[in-house]
Amino acid sequence: MKKNTARLWIGLVILVILSPLGVILPKYFKAGTAWGEWGADEMRKLVGYIPFGFDKLSTMWNAPLSGYIFKGWDEKGLGHLSLSYLASAILGIAITVAIMLFLGRILTKKR
Amino acid sequence: MHIPDGYLGPATCGFFYAIMVPIWALASKIVKKTLNAKQVPLLAIGAAFSFVIMMFNVPIPGGTTGHAVGGVLVAILIGPWAACIAITVALAVQALLFGDGGITALGANCFNMAFALPFAGYYIYKAISYNSPIGSNRRVIAAGIAGYIAVSVAASLTGFEFGIQPLLHKTASGQALYCPYGLNVALPVMLGEHLLVFGWIEALVTALVVKYLQKQDLGLLGDGRG
Repeated sequence: MKKNTARLWIGLVILVILSPLGVILPKYFKAGTAWGEWGADEMRKLVGYIPFGFDKLSTMWNAPLSGYIFKGWDEKGLGHLSLSYLASAILGIAITVAIMLFLGRILTKKR
Repeated sequence: MHIPDGYLGPATCGFFYAIMVPIWALASKIVKKTLNAKQVPLLAIGAAFSFVIMMFNVPIPGGTTGHAVGGVLVAILIGPWAACIAITVALAVQALLFGDGGITALGANCFNMAFALPFAGYYIYKAISYNSPIGSNRRVIAAGIAGYIAVSVAASLTGFEFGIQPLLHKTASGQALYCPYGLNVALPVMLGEHLLVFGWIEALVTALVVKYLQKQDLGLLGDGRG
């Protein structure tokens, strides 16, 4: 099992290294936001107004690394975007793995 | 496919949290019975894989993007109940830390991507591969078809949840309160873009990794019992 999962961990590291492609490709092809994931400005452009409930709910949570980008790095070019993305992937995976190992320990603790 | 805060009204958000709480409870109960300590790293890898694969935004003509979920592969490897927990954790980290998917919409997002998707994918994979040998091509094809259909199922659910909002919530003057697009727009857009593009990506990712795992013969396939 150890050797088996070692290869999967390596696969995961490769995905992390490649992750900036997830921000580079959409920028390169000038793709906008995913359907149904627009912010307030885009919403106003699309339908002509900002729905009242949307306006209230959409701003209630301010994620520390919103969009996998460091605050203020949005307009600094692809290099900064890629670096933010890479750091977000590493941090996100570290936290996800930590939670899962913790949950896994609880779930496998037989009475 | 990550519904942000503000697109679903309180009724829909509450409804999906109310559905997910017993599913999460049942999942922990079942996983507690079936999971052994040796599988815990695999559980963690599954969650991490799902987390990072969703960061690979793929641009499509028309100026929008989408991504694979990886959930079908996770379900094939560790079973649908364990996959439900793994993807839930990935989605929660994405929502809380990275604002990808809303907090109020987390129940709905988990229903679509951590419940409907791995379960649909797992049982389609099981049904098509049936009794075929672990190393057979039939299992690779089964994995691909399962990925394609399961992502499209999840996308349809997402489109449906978007689309019922104008029916549920409107001001007196007829303006939408939450998602402004009805079923006639949201459902065909969500389903269409996943049938045309993103479903194929999920199919490719799932089938290729299953093929790789067959070649490596790591003993990871075939023991993904729920």
